[in-house]
Amino acid sequence: MLTKNAAGVKARKRLCMTVNGRAVEIEIDIRESLLDVLRDRLQFTGVKQGCSVGECGACTVLLDGTPVNSCIYLAAWAHGKTVVTIEGLAQDGKLTPVQEAFVDEGAIQCGFCTPGVVLSTTAMVDSGKCFTHDEVRRELSGHLCRCTGYQKIVDAAERALREAEIAADEHPV
Amino acid sequence: MFDICELCEPETLAEAKALFRANPELKVIAGGTDVLIRMQHGNLAGAGLLSLRNIPHLDEIQLLADGTLSIGAMAPFTRIFEHELIRKLVPVLGEASVSMGGPQVRNVATIGGNLCNGAVSADSASTLFALDALLKLETAEGERIIPMRDFYAGPGKVNLLPGELLVAILIPREGYEGMGGHYIKFAPRKAMDIATLGVAAVCKIRENRFVELRIGLGVAAPVPVRCFEAEDYAKGREVTWECVQEIARLALKPAKARSSWRASKDYREHLIEVLAQRAVAEAVKRGGGCCAD
Repeated sequence: MLTKNAAGVKARKRLCMTVNGRAVEIEIDIRESLLDVLRDRLQFTGVKQGCSVGECGACTVLLDGTPVNSCIYLAAWAHGKTVVTIEGLAQDGKLTPVQEAFVDEGAIQCGFCTPGVVLSTTAMVDSGKCFTHDEVRRELSGHLCRCTGYQKIVDAAERALREAEIAADEHPV
Repeated sequence: MFDICELCEPETLAEAKALFRANPELKVIAGGTDVLIRMQHGNLAGAGLLSLRNIPHLDEIQLLADGTLSIGAMAPFTRIFEHELIRKLVPVLGEASVSMGGPQVRNVATIGGNLCNGAVSADSASTLFALDALLKLETAEGERIIPMRDFYAGPGKVNLLPGELLVAILIPREGYEGMGGHYIKFAPRKAMDIATLGVAAVCKIRENRFVELRIGLGVAAPVPVRCFEAEDYAKGREVTWECVQEIARLALKPAKARSSWRASKDYREHLIEVLAQRAVAEAVKRGGGCCAD
């Protein structure tokens, strides 16, 4: 429980988590962020490193279904948790309805913020809740799009939520 | 990579307190959305971290038998904002919670961390000041409960003893019962921004008179402050627009606004008066009163 990092000796820790549906067990350095582990050790490069200080949202992943900034989250904390990155959405090359909505609305410019925004939208859709226009904007407010393509991003999120609502009405659980 | 020399992850509160007593130099980390950013900026180099994330029940929000609302220090802001008890009893704290950072930050950042940072801009602080909240602090030796306003010692400084942990925020029944409240965060952006000024007002109204009014200000002085003169003035008075204007003028009394790159002193003082007016007017409305002129 006390992981010492004496001079020259890197403190290691065994990390078990589920990433995109697969159980992962690796040895990490306690100094690593979840972003470091996902990108550099597991090669999930869809997780983008932007500001590194929790401002831009490019590194957003779903942690037990909740969007978090993986750049300011210690990798050690992910032990026993379920992580979803953008690579975990499409199955066998088939996009999810949220991803389709982003394509249909043309809500992508350079694409750097897209993985994070798509994941935050996925969390909204998966929550099963209804969101007003202002609430959608609020839920996406932790993402910076330096191409400033916010309007289409919000349109895509609203389309995804609308379509999920229709689908739920047609196929009630 | 963060410049961390060790990471302690106790599984129980007792274990955490014992560890912290033995190693008071450890830096406590809750959500990490401030501590890790400071590390990213090169501060706290080589620190040993005492993480409270593995301790169960420290994030619970519950109503105690005597009507006190207890909010675990590790409760993240999203949980606070969405929680049934908060919505029902202290919606003003929900308002403040959802104004903090952005969704990803609120999902991880905790109310306890927000307070222990000692930032005068902490969105939860001014609201908890207005709600007359108490803080439950524990060491390996025992616990003490102190009023929020005794907690802040200066910019970024709080009155925590060596080895002491903030465990819960307590809002006694008298702090919230029958009170209407409103929090206004003034910042250049609606999200992901630090308050230029934060004003929280809560009041109890009967027959359109102030039974009680409490105002907390953030970023108006080196630490969050209460506006006691304005509160005393309001007591027993009929709610009128003139009365609210006078309250807002008196709200300036405890302020020690200063100029910074965010805003000038004059501008801040203008904000305090205008926003106190608006916050009180809205709190009155929510408390069942009317201050239309």
